[in-house]
Amino acid sequence: MNERSWNPERITEIVSAHAHLEGPLLPILHAVQAEFGFIPRDAIPVIAKGLNVTRAEVYGVVSFYHDFREQPAGRRVVKICRAEACQSMGGRTLAERVLKHFGTDWGGTSSDGAVTIGPVYCLGLCSVAPAALIDGEPHARLDMPTLVKAVEAKP
Amino acid sequence: MTRVFVPRDAAALALGAEGVANALRSEAAKRDLPLEIVRTGSRGLHWLEPLIEVDTPKGRIGYGPVAVPEIAAVLDAGMLKGQHHAKCVGVVDEHLWLKRQTRITFARCGIVDPLSLKDYEAHGGLKGLSRAHTLGAAATIDAITKSGLRGRGGAGFPTGVKWKGASDAAADRKYVVCNADEGDSGTFADRMIMEGDPFLLIEGMAIAAFAIGATKGYVYSRSEYPHANATFTAALTIARNAGLLGKTFDIELRVGAGSYVCGEETALLESLEGKRGQVRAKPPLPVHEGLFGKPTIINNVLSLATAPWIMTNGAEAYAAIGHGKSRGTMPIQLAGNVKHSGLFEAPFGMTLGEIVDKIGGGTASGRPVRAVQCGGPLGAYFPRALFDTPYDYEAFAAADGLIGHGGIVVFDDTVDMAAQARFALEFCGIESCGKCTPCRIGSVRGVEVIDRIVKGEARERNLALIEDLCRTLKLGSLCALGGFTPYPVMSALRHFPEDFMGAKRAAAE
Repeated sequence: MNERSWNPERITEIVSAHAHLEGPLLPILHAVQAEFGFIPRDAIPVIAKGLNVTRAEVYGVVSFYHDFREQPAGRRVVKICRAEACQSMGGRTLAERVLKHFGTDWGGTSSDGAVTIGPVYCLGLCSVAPAALIDGEPHARLDMPTLVKAVEAKP
Repeated sequence: MTRVFVPRDAAALALGAEGVANALRSEAAKRDLPLEIVRTGSRGLHWLEPLIEVDTPKGRIGYGPVAVPEIAAVLDAGMLKGQHHAKCVGVVDEHLWLKRQTRITFARCGIVDPLSLKDYEAHGGLKGLSRAHTLGAAATIDAITKSGLRGRGGAGFPTGVKWKGASDAAADRKYVVCNADEGDSGTFADRMIMEGDPFLLIEGMAIAAFAIGATKGYVYSRSEYPHANATFTAALTIARNAGLLGKTFDIELRVGAGSYVCGEETALLESLEGKRGQVRAKPPLPVHEGLFGKPTIINNVLSLATAPWIMTNGAEAYAAIGHGKSRGTMPIQLAGNVKHSGLFEAPFGMTLGEIVDKIGGGTASGRPVRAVQCGGPLGAYFPRALFDTPYDYEAFAAADGLIGHGGIVVFDDTVDMAAQARFALEFCGIESCGKCTPCRIGSVRGVEVIDRIVKGEARERNLALIEDLCRTLKLGSLCALGGFTPYPVMSALRHFPEDFMGAKRAAAE
């Protein structure tokens, strides 16, 4: 794992860099997750202090949104669409088989730490379903071999 | 130098458009063929993506869907001169699927270089804004009102009335918020505009800001749309450098974090303020007390992106198109199990059957169409028996459905409608903001009741219970998430009762 370790000073820097925005909490959390891969629990008091809000308010936001992770993810992050358009093209079965292949469940990481698979409710690729995002890159008209190959390919 | 257009719309990229562009560059270089590759949005003929277009004296000739291994053969067949190949679809503008459309909001999408302001202006861009400046704020609001434009996010509220409300509100600061949280399954029109014609949205927001007297605009987009966000961010910088933004009005892009309910306008405002995306009770209406307590208009991408055309061509021209109280065009998004998938902009009033069978060409799987879900995950499932319903707000409401943001998801005869009804309730539970009880708890209880019905446990009692639960959700929820979840559930039960027979049905077969 190539995790950048977080430190309170860097969190304070991120908070300051966004302080001029109106309602800066979401952009701050996105920036923290982009840099460290997740929102470290101990970063929450630092953010709260920087914004002069309570820790509960910050944690409440972190826990509300599906995107924010409280643990590091696997080396690759796969988001498989679970919504209706993908269902109409066999998305349900595809997702079940992919989860089984990597030995994990929704939101989980494979035991070797290679891949985290999460659900997503619509990627706007409904005309070319079923679809998934692999490390932010869109893949469409997926079947089991194509998706597994794309996930296992070198990034 | 021949100009060749390769889309970089996310749907095209998902089908390998990046590889196609690279292969085209290298194969052409090997053959000493001079070409300039222009990356565009998508024309919306998604079943033909990646669709390459070549600029020829006859017009732009298309080749698609083209895969990387085919590039060499297509080039050797004389693609740069527009010559025949099995993948050639002819002059794209003459393609029947485009000829049948009335492209107003999507007039430029897939044609222009999305990040060329010069290209945008050459194709009629910025005329609407300048017309608004000439007419003045009051006349601009008047034009939008007279055009009959209604909110394309789904609610169908008259856009001009909303603008008037915010314009009349006195405040030191007002906001224009663009709702680009396009979370409905089966929809991708906002994404296509942000990726294929971002200056159109900027111009629309500038018109709205001028009309109501706002100084700041926010576009609330989605983390699920990384490419749209990148293109739109680049467009904002270009617009700022050109002096289009940053003087009296500026726009900031904000990205959500995977919450569906943040597409509800008051939850969206909470999210922009940096809070949990919980729905606010109305009143006060956002036009009076919106973002940070200031008067705010919240408009969908498509509503804002239609304002420039109305200002350029006049309210009467827009109002002349349409059906009943639904004026203008709707960018219909054909998705799911459909042969000709993509974006089809047409005046309101076609029947659902024409859209699905004639335009969509039936299913992609080749099996019979059994159900179509219109208007996203909170929209009703329509059986073939209702295919004569005209596509407009009122006719769909009369059929206990909604057109929503214009998505149509097609299912073939392998669909299990009990599973679809169950998913609608499950989704409501996953995405509920938790503020009101019917949505937070009713969704979970609803899943359990559907399971009992399918198992055949006390069928009659549970059927009555689900109906009662749906009534409670509809009347007792704070927003459309809980309020509209009954649409897919009840329509599945009403039109496809045979799918809820569970073990009994299997035994009968």
